Amino acid sequence: MSYEELLTQTALANEQVIVMTAENRALVRNLPGILGKRFIDTGITEQTMIGAAAGLALRGRTPIVHALAAFLTMRAFEFVRTDVGIANLPVKLSSFIPGFLSDGNGPTHQAIEDISIMRGIPNITVFAPADEDDLVKMLPQIWESKSPAYTRINTRKTSYVHEPFTPGKAEVISEGSDVTILTYGLLFEQALIAVEMLKSEGLSVGLINMRSLKPVDEQAILKASAQSKLVVTLEDHFLTGGLYTIVAEVLLKHRTTANVLPMALNEKWFRPALLPSVLEHEGFTGKQIAEKILGYQTAHNQPQILTPEFSE
Amino acid sequence: MITVENNNYQELTDTALKVREHIIRMSTDGGCFTGASLSAVDLIVYLYSRFLNISKDNLNNPERDYLFLSKGHDVPALYGTFAELGLLEKERLKNHLLLNDHIYWHPNTKIPGIEFHSGSLGHLPSVAIGVAMDLKISGSTNKVICILGDGELNEGTCWEAMLVANAYKLDNLLFVVDRNHFQANMRTEDLIPLEPLADKFEAFGAAVKRINGHSFAELDEAFGAFPFQAGKFNVIIADTVRGKGLPSIQERADRWFCNFNADEIEQLLLELHGQHNTTLTSETLVVR
Repeated sequence: MSYEELLTQTALANEQVIVMTAENRALVRNLPGILGKRFIDTGITEQTMIGAAAGLALRGRTPIVHALAAFLTMRAFEFVRTDVGIANLPVKLSSFIPGFLSDGNGPTHQAIEDISIMRGIPNITVFAPADEDDLVKMLPQIWESKSPAYTRINTRKTSYVHEPFTPGKAEVISEGSDVTILTYGLLFEQALIAVEMLKSEGLSVGLINMRSLKPVDEQAILKASAQSKLVVTLEDHFLTGGLYTIVAEVLLKHRTTANVLPMALNEKWFRPALLPSVLEHEGFTGKQIAEKILGYQTAHNQPQILTPEFSE
Repeated sequence: MITVENNNYQELTDTALKVREHIIRMSTDGGCFTGASLSAVDLIVYLYSRFLNISKDNLNNPERDYLFLSKGHDVPALYGTFAELGLLEKERLKNHLLLNDHIYWHPNTKIPGIEFHSGSLGHLPSVAIGVAMDLKISGSTNKVICILGDGELNEGTCWEAMLVANAYKLDNLLFVVDRNHFQANMRTEDLIPLEPLADKFEAFGAAVKRINGHSFAELDEAFGAFPFQAGKFNVIIADTVRGKGLPSIQERADRWFCNFNADEIEQLLLELHGQHNTTLTSETLVVR
Protein backbone atom coordinates (compact mmCIF):
# COMPACT_ATOMS: atom_id res chain seq x y z
CA MET A 1 0.00 0.00 0.00
CA SER A 2 1.28 3.47 -0.85
CA TYR A 3 1.12 6.61 1.31
CA GLU A 4 -1.57 8.10 -0.91
CA GLU A 5 -3.65 4.91 -0.83
CA LEU A 6 -3.48 4.81 2.95
CA LEU A 7 -4.35 8.50 3.22
CA THR A 8 -7.30 8.06 0.85
CA GLN A 9 -8.57 5.07 2.77
CA THR A 10 -8.20 6.90 6.09
CA ALA A 11 -9.92 10.07 4.89
CA LEU A 12 -12.80 8.15 3.33
CA ALA A 13 -13.30 6.14 6.52
CA ASN A 14 -13.24 9.21 8.79
CA GLU A 15 -15.25 12.31 7.85
CA GLN A 16 -13.29 14.37 10.38
CA VAL A 17 -10.04 14.04 8.43
CA ILE A 18 -9.04 17.09 6.39
CA VAL A 19 -6.14 16.76 3.96
CA MET A 20 -4.17 19.97 3.60
CA THR A 21 -1.15 20.98 1.60
CA ALA A 22 0.93 24.10 1.07
CA GLU A 23 0.91 23.34 -2.64
CA ASN A 24 3.03 20.25 -2.23
CA ARG A 25 0.89 17.75 -4.10
CA ALA A 26 3.40 15.00 -4.85
CA LEU A 27 1.87 12.70 -2.22
CA VAL A 28 -1.76 13.74 -2.65
CA ARG A 29 -2.31 14.00 -6.41
CA ASN A 30 -5.66 12.22 -6.47
CA LEU A 31 -7.09 13.53 -3.22
CA PRO A 32 -8.76 16.73 -4.51
CA GLY A 33 -11.17 14.80 -6.71
CA ILE A 34 -11.87 12.20 -4.03
CA LEU A 35 -12.28 14.46 -0.99
CA GLY A 36 -13.77 17.61 -2.49
CA LYS A 37 -14.05 20.28 0.21
CA ARG A 38 -12.08 18.12 2.66
CA PHE A 39 -8.99 18.73 0.54
CA ILE A 40 -7.54 22.20 1.18
CA ASP A 41 -4.57 23.61 -0.69
CA THR A 42 -3.56 26.93 0.88
CA GLY A 43 -0.90 27.67 -1.72
CA ILE A 44 2.69 28.34 -0.76
CA THR A 45 1.75 29.43 2.76
CA GLU A 46 3.13 27.00 5.33
CA GLN A 47 2.36 29.36 8.21
CA THR A 48 -1.24 30.00 7.21
CA MET A 49 -1.75 26.30 6.54
CA ILE A 50 -0.64 25.40 10.07
CA GLY A 51 -2.73 28.16 11.66
CA ALA A 52 -5.76 27.07 9.64
CA ALA A 53 -5.11 23.45 10.61
CA ALA A 54 -5.22 24.56 14.25
CA GLY A 55 -8.56 26.27 13.58
CA LEU A 56 -9.95 23.17 11.88
CA ALA A 57 -8.76 21.05 14.79
CA LEU A 58 -10.54 23.42 17.20
CA ARG A 59 -13.72 22.42 15.40
CA GLY A 60 -12.98 18.72 15.94
CA ARG A 61 -11.22 17.95 12.68
CA THR A 62 -8.01 15.98 12.26
CA PRO A 63 -5.97 17.87 9.67
CA ILE A 64 -3.21 15.89 7.94
CA VAL A 65 -0.94 18.56 6.50
CA HIS A 66 1.70 18.30 3.81
CA ALA A 67 4.68 20.46 2.95
CA LEU A 68 8.36 20.07 2.27
CA ALA A 69 10.08 19.17 5.53
CA ALA A 70 12.31 22.23 5.59
CA PHE A 71 9.42 24.68 5.26
CA LEU A 72 6.94 22.77 7.39
CA THR A 73 9.35 22.70 10.32
CA MET A 74 11.24 25.95 9.86
CA ARG A 75 9.16 28.49 7.93
CA ALA A 76 6.14 27.51 9.98
CA PHE A 77 8.00 26.71 13.18
CA GLU A 78 6.39 29.30 15.42
CA PHE A 79 2.93 28.38 14.14
CA VAL A 80 3.58 24.71 14.89
CA ARG A 81 4.95 25.56 18.32
CA THR A 82 2.43 28.25 19.25
CA ASP A 83 -0.82 27.20 17.57
CA VAL A 84 -0.45 23.42 17.52
CA GLY A 85 1.97 22.78 20.38
CA ILE A 86 0.57 25.07 23.08
CA ALA A 87 -3.02 24.08 22.25
CA ASN A 88 -2.04 20.38 21.95
CA LEU A 89 -4.24 19.93 18.89
CA PRO A 90 -4.34 16.74 16.77
CA VAL A 91 -2.66 18.23 13.72
CA LYS A 92 -0.64 15.63 11.79
CA LEU A 93 2.41 16.94 9.98
CA SER A 94 3.57 14.91 7.00
CA SER A 95 6.95 16.18 5.93
CA PHE A 96 8.09 15.51 2.42
CA ILE A 97 11.74 14.98 1.42
CA PRO A 98 13.28 15.15 4.92
CA GLY A 99 16.97 14.45 5.51
CA PHE A 100 18.93 13.08 2.55
CA LEU A 101 15.67 12.71 0.59
CA SER A 102 15.93 16.34 -0.55
CA ASP A 103 18.87 15.00 -2.59
CA GLY A 104 19.57 17.52 -5.38
CA ASN A 105 17.67 20.49 -3.98
CA GLY A 106 20.48 22.09 -2.03
CA PRO A 107 20.79 23.40 1.51
CA THR A 108 17.64 25.58 1.37
CA HIS A 109 15.61 22.37 1.22
CA GLN A 110 17.68 20.26 3.60
CA ALA A 111 15.66 19.42 6.70
CA ILE A 112 18.39 17.94 8.84
CA GLU A 113 17.41 19.69 12.06
CA ASP A 114 13.72 18.75 11.86
CA ILE A 115 13.85 15.98 14.46
CA SER A 116 15.69 18.30 16.82
CA ILE A 117 13.32 21.22 16.58
CA MET A 118 10.07 19.24 16.45
CA ARG A 119 10.93 17.11 19.47
CA GLY A 120 11.75 20.31 21.34
CA ILE A 121 8.09 21.33 21.27
CA PRO A 122 6.04 20.08 24.24
CA ASN A 123 3.15 17.76 23.26
CA ILE A 124 4.45 17.03 19.76
CA THR A 125 5.34 13.43 18.95
CA VAL A 126 8.00 12.60 16.34
CA PHE A 127 8.26 9.62 14.02
CA ALA A 128 10.61 8.52 11.23
CA PRO A 129 9.71 5.34 9.31
CA ALA A 130 12.40 3.24 7.66
CA ASP A 131 10.62 2.75 4.34
CA GLU A 132 7.17 2.63 2.78
CA ASP A 133 6.20 -0.62 4.50
CA ASP A 134 7.19 0.86 7.87
CA LEU A 135 5.40 4.11 6.99
CA VAL A 136 2.04 2.51 6.28
CA LYS A 137 2.34 0.35 9.39
CA MET A 138 3.02 3.39 11.57
CA LEU A 139 0.69 6.05 10.23
CA PRO A 140 -2.70 4.58 11.22
CA GLN A 141 -1.76 4.80 14.89
CA ILE A 142 -0.08 8.18 14.48
CA TRP A 143 -3.22 9.55 12.83
CA GLU A 144 -5.64 7.95 15.30
CA SER A 145 -3.84 9.46 18.28
CA LYS A 146 -5.12 12.74 19.77
CA SER A 147 -1.56 14.12 19.90
CA PRO A 148 0.02 16.45 17.40
CA ALA A 149 2.56 14.48 15.38
CA TYR A 150 5.47 15.12 13.07
CA THR A 151 6.30 12.31 10.66
CA ARG A 152 9.20 12.17 8.25
CA ILE A 153 7.52 10.78 5.17
CA ASN A 154 9.67 8.09 3.58
CA THR A 155 8.13 6.25 0.65
CA ARG A 156 11.20 4.27 -0.39
CA LYS A 157 10.50 0.67 -1.19
CA THR A 158 12.66 -2.05 0.37
CA SER A 159 12.07 -5.78 0.59
CA TYR A 160 12.06 -5.66 4.39
CA VAL A 161 8.78 -6.58 6.08
CA HIS A 162 8.38 -4.69 9.35
CA GLU A 163 6.70 -5.67 12.58
CA PRO A 164 3.46 -4.01 13.70
CA PHE A 165 4.04 -0.57 15.22
CA THR A 166 3.58 0.58 18.78
CA PRO A 167 4.24 4.28 19.50
CA GLY A 168 7.22 4.62 21.82
CA LYS A 169 8.60 1.22 20.83
CA ALA A 170 11.60 0.58 18.63
CA GLU A 171 11.74 -2.34 16.24
CA VAL A 172 14.62 -4.61 17.26
CA ILE A 173 15.79 -6.24 14.05
CA SER A 174 18.67 -8.17 15.64
CA GLU A 175 20.82 -8.17 18.76
CA GLY A 176 24.60 -8.35 18.91
CA SER A 177 27.38 -8.28 21.48
CA ASP A 178 29.99 -6.43 19.43
CA VAL A 179 28.02 -3.56 17.92
CA THR A 180 24.43 -2.33 17.71
CA ILE A 181 23.37 0.18 15.09
CA LEU A 182 20.52 2.49 16.11
CA THR A 183 18.96 4.26 13.15
CA TYR A 184 15.77 5.67 11.65
CA GLY A 185 14.47 6.70 8.27
CA LEU A 186 16.01 5.90 4.91
CA LEU A 187 19.40 4.95 6.35
CA PHE A 188 17.77 1.76 7.68
CA GLU A 189 18.22 0.44 4.14
CA GLN A 190 21.98 1.04 4.27
CA ALA A 191 22.18 -0.23 7.84
CA LEU A 192 20.79 -3.60 6.71
CA ILE A 193 23.60 -3.79 4.15
CA ALA A 194 26.20 -2.78 6.72
CA VAL A 195 24.97 -5.41 9.18
CA GLU A 196 25.43 -8.21 6.63
CA MET A 197 28.96 -7.03 5.86
CA LEU A 198 29.85 -6.75 9.54
CA LYS A 199 28.49 -10.24 10.22
CA SER A 200 30.54 -11.69 7.38
CA GLU A 201 33.58 -10.08 9.01
CA GLY A 202 32.82 -12.13 12.11
CA LEU A 203 31.11 -9.54 14.31
CA SER A 204 28.03 -10.07 16.44
CA VAL A 205 25.82 -7.22 15.23
CA GLY A 206 22.53 -5.76 16.37
CA LEU A 207 20.24 -3.38 14.47
CA ILE A 208 17.39 -1.29 15.83
CA ASN A 209 14.90 0.68 13.76
CA MET A 210 14.04 3.47 16.20
CA ARG A 211 10.81 4.49 14.36
CA SER A 212 9.40 6.51 17.27
CA LEU A 213 11.81 9.26 18.29
CA LYS A 214 9.40 10.96 20.68
CA PRO A 215 8.33 9.15 22.73
CA VAL A 216 11.53 7.13 22.44
CA ASP A 217 12.12 3.54 23.48
CA GLU A 218 14.51 4.11 26.37
CA GLN A 219 14.70 0.43 27.25
CA ALA A 220 15.85 -0.51 23.74
CA ILE A 221 18.64 2.07 23.98
CA LEU A 222 19.68 0.97 27.46
CA LYS A 223 19.66 -2.71 26.52
CA ALA A 224 21.73 -2.18 23.38
CA SER A 225 24.19 -0.04 25.35
CA ALA A 226 24.53 -2.72 28.00
CA GLN A 227 24.97 -5.69 25.71
CA SER A 228 27.09 -4.26 22.88
CA LYS A 229 30.69 -3.07 23.07
CA LEU A 230 29.84 -0.30 20.61
CA VAL A 231 26.64 1.59 19.89
CA VAL A 232 26.37 3.41 16.56
CA THR A 233 23.82 6.18 16.05
CA LEU A 234 23.20 6.48 12.32
CA GLU A 235 21.04 9.34 11.01
CA ASP A 236 20.57 11.79 8.16
CA HIS A 237 20.38 14.71 10.58
CA PHE A 238 22.69 17.21 12.19
CA LEU A 239 24.73 15.69 14.98
CA THR A 240 23.07 18.16 17.34
CA GLY A 241 19.60 17.36 18.60
CA GLY A 242 18.88 14.09 16.81
CA LEU A 243 19.34 10.45 17.75
CA TYR A 244 22.88 10.91 19.09
CA THR A 245 21.55 13.57 21.46
CA ILE A 246 18.53 11.43 22.35
CA VAL A 247 20.82 8.50 23.25
CA ALA A 248 23.02 10.82 25.33
CA GLU A 249 19.95 12.14 27.17
CA VAL A 250 18.67 8.63 27.87
CA LEU A 251 22.03 7.34 29.12
CA LEU A 252 22.51 10.40 31.34
CA LYS A 253 18.99 10.14 32.69
CA HIS A 254 19.67 6.54 33.72
CA ARG A 255 23.14 7.39 35.06
CA THR A 256 25.00 5.16 32.68
CA THR A 257 27.27 5.56 29.72
CA ALA A 258 28.33 3.69 26.61
CA ASN A 259 30.84 3.63 23.82
CA VAL A 260 28.89 5.55 21.17
CA LEU A 261 29.97 6.23 17.59
CA PRO A 262 27.78 8.88 15.97
CA MET A 263 27.30 8.97 12.22
CA ALA A 264 25.51 12.21 11.38
CA LEU A 265 26.15 15.55 9.71
CA ASN A 266 28.44 17.44 12.04
CA GLU A 267 28.01 21.20 11.64
CA LYS A 268 27.54 20.95 7.88
CA TRP A 269 24.95 20.70 5.15
CA PHE A 270 25.38 17.88 2.68
CA ARG A 271 26.58 18.13 -0.89
CA PRO A 272 23.50 18.29 -3.18
CA ALA A 273 23.25 15.54 -5.80
CA LEU A 274 21.03 12.57 -6.58
CA LEU A 275 20.55 10.37 -3.52
CA PRO A 276 23.02 7.58 -4.42
CA SER A 277 25.76 10.17 -4.95
CA VAL A 278 24.84 12.01 -1.75
CA LEU A 279 25.17 8.82 0.29
CA GLU A 280 28.50 7.97 -1.35
CA HIS A 281 29.91 11.48 -0.97
CA GLU A 282 28.86 11.87 2.65
CA GLY A 283 29.98 8.35 3.63
CA PHE A 284 26.58 6.84 4.36
CA THR A 285 26.45 3.81 2.02
CA GLY A 286 26.15 0.44 3.74
CA LYS A 287 29.72 -0.43 2.82
CA GLN A 288 31.08 2.89 4.11
CA ILE A 289 29.12 2.50 7.35
CA ALA A 290 30.50 -1.02 7.85
CA GLU A 291 34.03 0.04 7.12
CA LYS A 292 33.87 3.00 9.46
CA ILE A 293 32.76 0.64 12.23
CA LEU A 294 35.42 -1.94 11.33
CA GLY A 295 38.18 0.62 10.91
CA TYR A 296 39.41 -1.01 7.69
CA GLN A 297 38.57 -1.41 4.00
CA THR A 298 36.85 -4.59 2.83
CA ALA A 299 36.25 -6.35 -0.46
CA HIS A 300 32.47 -6.18 -0.06
CA ASN A 301 30.41 -4.75 -2.90
CA GLN A 302 27.96 -1.95 -2.19
CA PRO A 303 24.59 -2.87 -3.72
CA GLN A 304 23.12 -0.35 -6.12
CA ILE A 305 21.09 2.44 -4.46
CA LEU A 306 17.92 3.40 -6.29
CA THR A 307 17.28 7.04 -7.09
CA PRO A 308 13.99 8.26 -5.57
CA GLU A 309 11.06 8.30 -7.97
CA PHE A 310 9.63 11.58 -6.77
CA SER A 311 10.72 15.09 -7.39
CA GLU A 312 9.10 18.42 -6.67
CA MET B 1 -29.99 39.03 16.37
CA ILE B 2 -31.11 41.89 18.54
CA THR B 3 -32.54 44.79 16.58
CA VAL B 4 -31.47 48.10 18.00
CA GLU B 5 -33.20 51.39 17.58
CA ASN B 6 -31.02 54.29 16.65
CA ASN B 7 -29.58 56.20 19.61
CA ASN B 8 -30.44 53.38 21.95
CA TYR B 9 -26.88 52.99 23.11
CA GLN B 10 -26.97 54.23 26.70
CA GLU B 11 -26.61 50.70 28.02
CA LEU B 12 -23.52 50.15 25.86
CA THR B 13 -22.07 53.48 26.90
CA ASP B 14 -22.56 52.57 30.55
CA THR B 15 -20.97 49.15 30.07
CA ALA B 16 -18.00 50.63 28.19
CA LEU B 17 -17.39 53.08 31.01
CA LYS B 18 -17.28 50.24 33.53
CA VAL B 19 -14.94 48.24 31.28
CA ARG B 20 -12.62 51.24 31.14
CA GLU B 21 -12.68 51.34 34.94
CA HIS B 22 -11.61 47.69 35.01
CA ILE B 23 -8.75 48.41 32.61
CA ILE B 24 -7.55 51.30 34.77
CA ARG B 25 -7.68 49.11 37.86
CA MET B 26 -5.62 46.44 36.05
CA SER B 27 -2.97 49.02 35.17
CA THR B 28 -1.10 48.65 38.44
CA ASP B 29 0.87 46.04 40.40
CA GLY B 30 2.68 45.05 37.24
CA GLY B 31 0.45 46.95 34.87
CA CYS B 32 -1.00 46.09 31.49
CA PHE B 33 -1.32 47.41 27.96
CA THR B 34 -3.61 50.23 29.02
CA GLY B 35 -3.55 52.45 25.95
CA ALA B 36 -3.96 49.57 23.51
CA SER B 37 -6.86 48.16 25.57
CA LEU B 38 -8.78 51.42 25.88
CA SER B 39 -8.98 51.87 22.11
CA ALA B 40 -10.73 48.52 21.68
CA VAL B 41 -13.32 48.85 24.47
CA ASP B 42 -16.29 50.19 22.53
CA LEU B 43 -15.75 47.70 19.73
CA ILE B 44 -15.55 44.72 22.07
CA VAL B 45 -18.49 45.84 24.22
CA TYR B 46 -20.56 46.31 21.08
CA LEU B 47 -19.64 42.89 19.69
CA TYR B 48 -20.52 40.94 22.84
CA SER B 49 -23.60 43.00 23.66
CA ARG B 50 -25.22 43.25 20.25
CA PHE B 51 -23.57 41.24 17.53
CA LEU B 52 -22.11 37.91 18.59
CA ASN B 53 -24.12 34.83 19.44
CA ILE B 54 -21.94 34.18 22.47
CA SER B 55 -23.22 33.88 26.02
CA LYS B 56 -22.34 32.11 29.22
CA ASP B 57 -24.65 29.27 28.21
CA ASN B 58 -23.27 28.51 24.77
CA LEU B 59 -19.49 28.76 25.17
CA ASN B 60 -19.03 25.13 24.13
CA ASN B 61 -21.88 25.00 21.65
CA PRO B 62 -20.57 24.41 18.12
CA GLU B 63 -23.30 26.74 16.85
CA ARG B 64 -21.89 29.77 18.69
CA ASP B 65 -20.09 32.61 16.93
CA TYR B 66 -16.32 32.81 17.28
CA LEU B 67 -14.28 35.81 18.33
CA PHE B 68 -10.50 35.60 17.99
CA LEU B 69 -8.49 38.35 19.63
CA SER B 70 -5.37 38.32 17.50
CA LYS B 71 -4.24 41.60 19.03
CA GLY B 72 -3.86 39.72 22.30
CA HIS B 73 -2.39 42.49 24.42
CA ASP B 74 -5.72 44.33 24.57
CA VAL B 75 -7.20 41.44 26.54
CA PRO B 76 -8.01 43.66 29.57
CA ALA B 77 -10.77 45.15 27.39
CA LEU B 78 -12.07 41.64 26.75
CA TYR B 79 -11.84 40.53 30.39
CA GLY B 80 -13.52 43.76 31.49
CA THR B 81 -16.32 43.09 29.01
CA PHE B 82 -16.62 39.49 30.17
CA ALA B 83 -16.89 40.72 33.75
CA GLU B 84 -19.62 43.23 32.92
CA LEU B 85 -21.61 40.77 30.83
CA GLY B 86 -21.44 37.95 33.36
CA LEU B 87 -18.98 35.68 31.57
CA LEU B 88 -16.31 36.17 34.23
CA GLU B 89 -16.69 36.92 37.93
CA LYS B 90 -15.66 40.53 38.55
CA GLU B 91 -13.66 39.47 41.59
CA ARG B 92 -11.32 37.52 39.36
CA LEU B 93 -10.04 40.69 37.71
CA LYS B 94 -8.27 41.36 41.00
CA ASN B 95 -6.22 38.24 40.28
CA HIS B 96 -4.46 39.97 37.41
CA LEU B 97 -0.88 38.63 37.26
CA LEU B 98 -1.41 36.44 40.32
CA LEU B 99 -0.55 32.75 40.37
CA ASN B 100 -3.95 31.77 41.70
CA ASP B 101 -5.61 32.56 38.36
CA HIS B 102 -4.85 32.73 34.65
CA ILE B 103 -5.40 36.42 34.01
CA TYR B 104 -2.21 37.82 32.56
CA TRP B 105 -1.05 40.07 29.74
CA HIS B 106 -2.25 37.85 26.90
CA PRO B 107 -5.37 35.71 26.41
CA ASN B 108 -5.46 32.02 27.17
CA THR B 109 -8.10 29.33 26.96
CA LYS B 110 -8.17 28.66 30.69
CA ILE B 111 -10.50 31.66 30.81
CA PRO B 112 -13.96 30.57 29.57
CA GLY B 113 -14.89 32.51 26.45
CA ILE B 114 -11.33 32.76 25.13
CA GLU B 115 -11.38 30.69 21.94
CA PHE B 116 -7.62 30.60 21.43
CA HIS B 117 -4.49 31.94 23.03
CA SER B 118 -2.71 34.83 21.37
CA GLY B 119 0.08 37.27 22.01
CA SER B 120 2.34 36.45 19.10
CA LEU B 121 0.99 38.80 16.44
CA GLY B 122 -0.22 37.60 13.06
CA HIS B 123 -1.35 34.15 14.21
CA LEU B 124 -5.09 34.24 14.63
CA PRO B 125 -6.02 35.34 11.11
CA SER B 126 -5.03 31.86 9.96
CA VAL B 127 -6.64 30.11 12.94
CA ALA B 128 -9.85 32.04 12.25
CA ILE B 129 -9.61 30.96 8.62
CA GLY B 130 -9.44 27.32 9.70
CA VAL B 131 -12.62 27.72 11.75
CA ALA B 132 -14.34 29.59 8.91
CA MET B 133 -13.30 26.82 6.49
CA ASP B 134 -14.78 24.18 8.75
CA LEU B 135 -18.04 26.10 9.02
CA LYS B 136 -18.22 26.27 5.23
CA ILE B 137 -17.49 22.54 4.89
CA SER B 138 -20.07 21.74 7.57
CA GLY B 139 -22.68 24.08 6.12
CA SER B 140 -22.90 26.05 9.39
CA THR B 141 -23.73 29.75 9.47
CA ASN B 142 -21.79 30.86 12.56
CA LYS B 143 -19.88 34.10 12.25
CA VAL B 144 -16.11 34.29 12.75
CA ILE B 145 -14.62 37.57 13.91
CA CYS B 146 -10.91 38.24 14.23
CA ILE B 147 -9.73 41.47 15.87
CA LEU B 148 -6.40 42.76 14.61
CA GLY B 149 -4.22 45.61 15.76
CA ASP B 150 -3.02 48.08 13.17
CA GLY B 151 0.60 47.57 14.21
CA GLU B 152 -0.05 43.85 13.88
CA LEU B 153 -0.58 44.40 10.17
CA ASN B 154 3.21 44.68 9.87
CA GLU B 155 3.25 40.88 10.19
CA GLY B 156 3.30 39.24 6.77
CA THR B 157 1.12 36.36 7.93
CA CYS B 158 -1.87 38.73 8.17
CA TRP B 159 -1.61 39.35 4.46
CA GLU B 160 -0.79 35.74 3.63
CA ALA B 161 -3.95 34.73 5.48
CA MET B 162 -6.00 37.23 3.47
CA LEU B 163 -4.81 35.67 0.22
CA VAL B 164 -6.20 32.38 1.48
CA ALA B 165 -9.43 33.92 2.85
CA ASN B 166 -10.00 35.41 -0.59
CA ALA B 167 -9.19 32.14 -2.39
CA TYR B 168 -11.70 30.23 -0.27
CA LYS B 169 -14.36 32.99 -0.47
CA LEU B 170 -14.76 33.10 3.31
CA ASP B 171 -17.66 35.55 3.52
CA ASN B 172 -18.42 34.16 7.00
CA LEU B 173 -15.17 35.71 8.24
CA LEU B 174 -14.74 39.31 9.40
CA PHE B 175 -11.43 40.93 10.26
CA VAL B 176 -11.80 44.02 12.43
CA VAL B 177 -8.82 46.33 12.63
CA ASP B 178 -8.55 48.38 15.84
CA ARG B 179 -7.03 51.28 13.93
CA ASN B 180 -5.73 53.33 16.84
CA HIS B 181 -2.91 54.71 14.67
CA PHE B 182 -0.15 53.62 17.03
CA GLN B 183 2.15 50.68 17.18
CA ALA B 184 4.20 49.94 20.26
CA ASN B 185 6.47 52.95 20.27
CA MET B 186 5.16 55.45 17.78
CA ARG B 187 2.50 56.38 15.25
CA THR B 188 2.08 53.74 12.56
CA GLU B 189 2.44 56.32 9.81
CA ASP B 190 5.79 57.41 11.26
CA LEU B 191 7.23 53.89 11.22
CA ILE B 192 5.51 51.52 8.79
CA PRO B 193 2.78 53.50 7.02
CA LEU B 194 -0.44 51.60 6.43
CA GLU B 195 -2.56 54.08 4.49
CA PRO B 196 -4.41 53.86 2.23
CA LEU B 197 -5.44 50.86 4.31
CA ALA B 198 -8.90 50.22 2.90
CA ASP B 199 -7.42 50.10 -0.59
CA LYS B 200 -4.95 47.46 0.53
CA PHE B 201 -7.69 45.19 1.89
CA GLU B 202 -9.80 45.73 -1.21
CA ALA B 203 -6.86 44.81 -3.38
CA PHE B 204 -6.66 41.55 -1.42
CA GLY B 205 -10.29 40.83 -2.29
CA ALA B 206 -12.09 42.01 0.86
CA ALA B 207 -15.36 43.88 1.17
CA VAL B 208 -14.32 46.78 3.40
CA LYS B 209 -16.08 49.28 5.66
CA ARG B 210 -14.35 52.06 7.57
CA ILE B 211 -16.01 53.56 10.62
CA ASN B 212 -15.47 55.44 13.85
CA GLY B 213 -14.75 52.63 16.29
CA HIS B 214 -16.04 54.67 19.22
CA SER B 215 -19.47 55.31 17.71
CA PHE B 216 -22.00 52.64 18.62
CA ALA B 217 -24.27 53.89 15.86
CA GLU B 218 -21.54 53.42 13.27
CA LEU B 219 -20.54 50.05 14.72
CA ASP B 220 -24.17 49.01 14.58
CA GLU B 221 -24.60 50.07 11.00
CA ALA B 222 -21.38 48.42 9.79
CA PHE B 223 -21.81 45.11 11.63
CA GLY B 224 -25.48 45.10 10.77
CA ALA B 225 -24.54 44.89 7.10
CA PHE B 226 -22.52 41.68 7.63
CA PRO B 227 -21.92 39.71 5.43
CA PHE B 228 -21.09 42.63 3.19
CA GLN B 229 -20.92 40.81 -0.14
CA ALA B 230 -21.39 37.16 -1.07
CA GLY B 231 -18.08 35.42 -1.75
CA LYS B 232 -15.88 38.11 -0.21
CA PHE B 233 -14.23 38.09 3.19
CA ASN B 234 -15.15 41.11 5.30
CA VAL B 235 -13.00 43.83 6.82
CA ILE B 236 -14.02 46.64 9.15
CA ILE B 237 -11.43 49.30 9.83
CA ALA B 238 -12.48 50.83 13.13
CA ASP B 239 -10.72 54.16 13.56
CA THR B 240 -10.02 54.51 17.26
CA VAL B 241 -7.95 56.52 19.71
CA ARG B 242 -5.26 54.89 21.76
CA GLY B 243 -5.98 55.50 25.42
CA LYS B 244 -9.57 56.57 24.61
CA GLY B 245 -11.30 58.01 27.64
CA LEU B 246 -8.25 59.25 29.49
CA PRO B 247 -7.00 62.62 28.13
CA SER B 248 -3.79 62.36 30.13
CA ILE B 249 -2.63 59.23 28.30
CA GLN B 250 -4.65 59.54 25.10
CA GLU B 251 -2.61 59.36 21.92
CA ARG B 252 0.64 59.35 23.84
CA ALA B 253 3.27 57.08 22.33
CA ASP B 254 4.79 56.46 25.75
CA ARG B 255 1.61 55.16 27.40
CA TRP B 256 1.13 51.87 25.59
CA PHE B 257 2.02 49.71 28.54
CA CYS B 258 1.27 51.36 31.89
CA ASN B 259 2.02 50.46 35.47
CA PHE B 260 0.52 53.22 37.63
CA ASN B 261 0.74 53.71 41.37
CA ALA B 262 -2.33 53.61 43.61
CA ASP B 263 -2.71 57.38 43.70
CA GLU B 264 -2.58 57.64 39.93
CA ILE B 265 -5.20 54.90 39.59
CA GLU B 266 -7.60 56.89 41.78
CA GLN B 267 -6.91 60.06 39.80
CA LEU B 268 -7.42 58.27 36.48
CA LEU B 269 -10.76 56.86 37.65
CA LEU B 270 -11.89 60.42 38.39
CA GLU B 271 -10.48 61.58 35.07
CA LEU B 272 -12.47 58.90 33.26
CA HIS B 273 -15.61 60.48 34.65
CA GLY B 274 -14.49 63.90 33.49
CA GLN B 275 -13.80 65.20 36.98
CA HIS B 276 -10.07 65.54 37.03
CA ASN B 277 -6.80 66.00 35.21
CA THR B 278 -4.29 63.44 36.34
CA THR B 279 -0.67 64.21 37.05
CA LEU B 280 1.23 61.11 36.06
CA THR B 281 4.51 60.56 37.85
CA SER B 282 5.01 56.82 37.43
CA GLU B 283 7.74 55.50 35.22
CA THR B 284 6.98 55.49 31.53
CA LEU B 285 7.27 52.03 30.08
CA VAL B 286 7.56 52.26 26.35
CA VAL B 287 8.58 48.80 25.36
CA ARG B 288 7.35 45.61 26.92
